[in-house]
Amino acid sequence: MQTLTQRLANPTRFMELSRALLPWVSAGAALFILYAMYLVFFVAPPDYQQGETVKIMYIHVPSAWLALMSYSLIALSSFGLLVFRHPLADVSAKAAAPLGAAFTLCALITGSLWGKPMWGTYWVWDARLTSVLILFFLYLGLIALRSSLEDEALAGKLTAVLALVGVAILPIIKFSVDWWNTLHQPSTGFTSSVDPSMRTPLLLSAIGFTLLFFALHLKAMQNEILRRRVKSLRLAEVERGERTFAERAGG
Amino acid sequence: MSGFLALLKRDLTLALREGSALGTALGFFLVVVAMLPLGLGPDLKLLSRIAPGVLWIALLLAALLSLPRLFEADHEDGSLEVMATAPLPLELAVAAKALAHWISTGIPLALMAPVLGIMLNLDITLTPALVATMLAGTPAISFLGSVGAALTLKARRGGLLLALLVLPLYIPTLIFGISAIGFANLGQDGFGASLMILGAISLASIAAAPVAAAAALRLQMS
Repeated sequence: MQTLTQRLANPTRFMELSRALLPWVSAGAALFILYAMYLVFFVAPPDYQQGETVKIMYIHVPSAWLALMSYSLIALSSFGLLVFRHPLADVSAKAAAPLGAAFTLCALITGSLWGKPMWGTYWVWDARLTSVLILFFLYLGLIALRSSLEDEALAGKLTAVLALVGVAILPIIKFSVDWWNTLHQPSTGFTSSVDPSMRTPLLLSAIGFTLLFFALHLKAMQNEILRRRVKSLRLAEVERGERTFAERAGG
Repeated sequence: MSGFLALLKRDLTLALREGSALGTALGFFLVVVAMLPLGLGPDLKLLSRIAPGVLWIALLLAALLSLPRLFEADHEDGSLEVMATAPLPLELAVAAKALAHWISTGIPLALMAPVLGIMLNLDITLTPALVATMLAGTPAISFLGSVGAALTLKARRGGLLLALLVLPLYIPTLIFGISAIGFANLGQDGFGASLMILGAISLASIAAAPVAAAAALRLQMS
C-alpha cells in the first residue's frame, strides 16, 4: 500500500492528477476572491477609525499569510528532498520560491501603502516589518543560489540546505508582534474581536488567495516538469546526433 | 579531538603566516569607518550617536570579506576532500575552520573597534560594552558565515552571492548587539539580557551551523 506522497513520486502520475485538479483549484480561487472582493467593496463597512483604508487589509493579511506559508512549504519540500529524496520535492521547492517572494513583496507594499495614512509613514523599522523584509531577502537568496549553479540537481540540494537554515527565522516573524511591543498590531487570529461583517470577507479572501497560490504552484510545477523533460529530450537528441555522426565518419 | 586541534592550529598558522586576509579585513574596517565622517560631515555629536551602529555594520562587512576564502583554498588544493574522508567528522572539521576564522578575524576586529570608536567620538565609557557585544556576537558571524561559504563554494559570482545569503542571517545578531549598547548608553539594566541573547544566538549557530555547512560541502564533493 503506497501513501499519497509515494504515489506522487511518479511525475507522470503527478501530471495527470494536477491536470485534473488545476481547473477546480483555479475556479475555486476565482470564485472565492471575486465573492470576497464583492463583500469588501459593497458590503463590508468602513472602519470607524480607519475609514475606507481598512480595505487594504483584505489583500495585506492573505499576502502576509501566504508569505509564511510558502516558506513553510519550501522548508517541507527541502526536508523531503534531503531526507527522502522525493523526486518532486525539488520541483515543488523551486516553483514555490518566486511565488513566496511575490506574495512577500505584495504584503510589504500593501502594508506600506496602508501605513502611510495610518501611521503617517510608509516604512518604520519595527520588528514585524523588518523580519518580513528579512524573509524577502531569504527568498531572493534561495532564487539567486539556485540560479548560480550549472548542475541543477546540486543546486536543488544546496538550496534545500539554505531553506532549512532559514527556517529559524519563521518563528521570529510569527511572534515578533507578540514578543516586542511595536507599531504593527498583534494578530487577531480571526477571533471574535473582529466584527463578522469584516471577518467573513477576510476569511473568504484568505481562502481565495490560498487557492490562488496552490493553482499557481501546481501550474509552475507542471511547467518545471515539462521543462526538465524537454531538456532531457534535447540532450538525448544531441547524443543520438553525435552517435550517427560518429558512425558515418567511421563508415 | 586531536584532529580538531590540529586543524585549528593549521588554519591559525596559515592565517598568521599569510597575514593578508586579516590585514585586508582590518584595513577595510578602518577605511569604511574613516569614509563615514567624510560622507556625513564632521558633526561630533551625530558621530558619537551613530558610532555603535557604524562600527557594527563595518565589522559585519569586514568579516564577510574574508569568508569566501574559508573553504576555497582547501577546495582548490584538494585538502578539503582529504578532510571529508578523514576519521574526524566533517562537521568538526568545519567547526575548527569556523573557530579559526573567529579567532583570526572576529577577535582582532572586535579589539580594533575601540580605536575606531575614538575616531568616531564614541563615549569612552561605552567601550567595554561595545567590545563585549562584539566578542559575544562575532562567533555567530563566523559560524553562520561558514554555511554561506560552504553553499557558495562552487557558485558563479560566489562572493556577492555569499553576501546576499549571509547578511539576512546576521540581522538578529546586529539588532541585539546594537540594542545592548543602547541599554548600556542609557544606563538601563537591559544590557545583560541583550548580551545573553547575543550569546545564545552565537551558541545556537555554533551548534547548528557546522551541520548545515558540512551537509552542503558533502553534497558538492560527491
